[in-house]
Amino acid sequence: MIIVREERNVMNSIANYLIPFFVIFIIIYAFAHKINVYDSFLKGAKEGIALVFDIAPTIVGMVLAINIFINSSVIQFVLSFLTPFFNKLSIPLMIIPMALIRPISGTATLAIMSNILATYGPDSFVGNLASILQGCTDTTIYVLALYFGSVGVVKTKHALTSGLIADFFGILMAFLISYIFFR
Amino acid sequence: MVTKIWVFFILSGSLFYLFSGNVSALNEQILKGGTDGLKLLFSMMPLLIMWSGIMKIAEDSLLLKKFAKVLRPLLRILFPSLDSNHPALGYISSNIAANLLGLGSAATPFGLKAMQALQNDNPNKLEATEAMVTFLVLNTGGVTIIPTTVLALRISYGSTNPSAIIIPSIIATFSSNIAGLLYDYCKRRKKRYE
Repeated sequence: MIIVREERNVMNSIANYLIPFFVIFIIIYAFAHKINVYDSFLKGAKEGIALVFDIAPTIVGMVLAINIFINSSVIQFVLSFLTPFFNKLSIPLMIIPMALIRPISGTATLAIMSNILATYGPDSFVGNLASILQGCTDTTIYVLALYFGSVGVVKTKHALTSGLIADFFGILMAFLISYIFFR
Repeated sequence: MVTKIWVFFILSGSLFYLFSGNVSALNEQILKGGTDGLKLLFSMMPLLIMWSGIMKIAEDSLLLKKFAKVLRPLLRILFPSLDSNHPALGYISSNIAANLLGLGSAATPFGLKAMQALQNDNPNKLEATEAMVTFLVLNTGGVTIIPTTVLALRISYGSTNPSAIIIPSIIATFSSNIAGLLYDYCKRRKKRYE
């Protein structure tokens, strides 16, 4: 228990100090260089508000589509056909939906992950695998829609394919490494 | 492309609801979609505004440019089409740094500002530039050294060794990013030869 507490303290202090340090450093640096710090902040914040309005339609649109898709249990339906295949490979079944949803929704995968951690324990094989899966890649489709949507780019070239290839490799590596490190 | 995904999500989800006879649940999802989207937007809004303000200070004091200079060797390999004074490079560097440290909420505002700066000198506003695609690949891969959220969750579920996954995660995230970047690189090379 003592070890756990120490880990928590170290992590907390890293996360807690990072952002304040960053902010304070920027302000002191600019102030020392005779920049009108407050004016700059207000100018930037105003741009930030414009940014919020720019991304509002994209976010509402994507959340609507992602909600309908994920809650309709299409994924579970498709999975029911693949179950025998995964059983043969002795891949833990509860991890598959998480791997499939990872490129689509961050909050949904986070929910599945905490479910796995609660059920099987964070130090179990599945718990470790789920943790790595969560950390190894970001939500490709959401990021793509948000970043391109915010500037109005429609033709995205090979961005989606590259992103999905990266996801595929990340998921593959997560499985491989978990088998090496935690089995 | 995003349009196709959007249509696919809505159609496949809706059809599945209809076939399973669960129309009221679909109805609820549609009506709730806007609220959930705005909830997400509002949860991001304070940070977006705050970070845009702070980053403007960093930009005005030329700190952003200095930071981009530190990362220049890396940026030159990743973004050969941007000249070394391009205004987007400062935001791109900050975005990479925030991602590395696992500060996802701070990375997004930098990323969006970088996209705006890249769009400014894009000759065809509807089409992504090479640099945009590479930048997107980096962000969808999400290179993280300290996966803060995961660690916090593991600790809260009583893990005896929460940081055991840090090294494996780093290996996984780097191989995933390298795969994506390599594909992007090959695509760019191929285009130049055509």
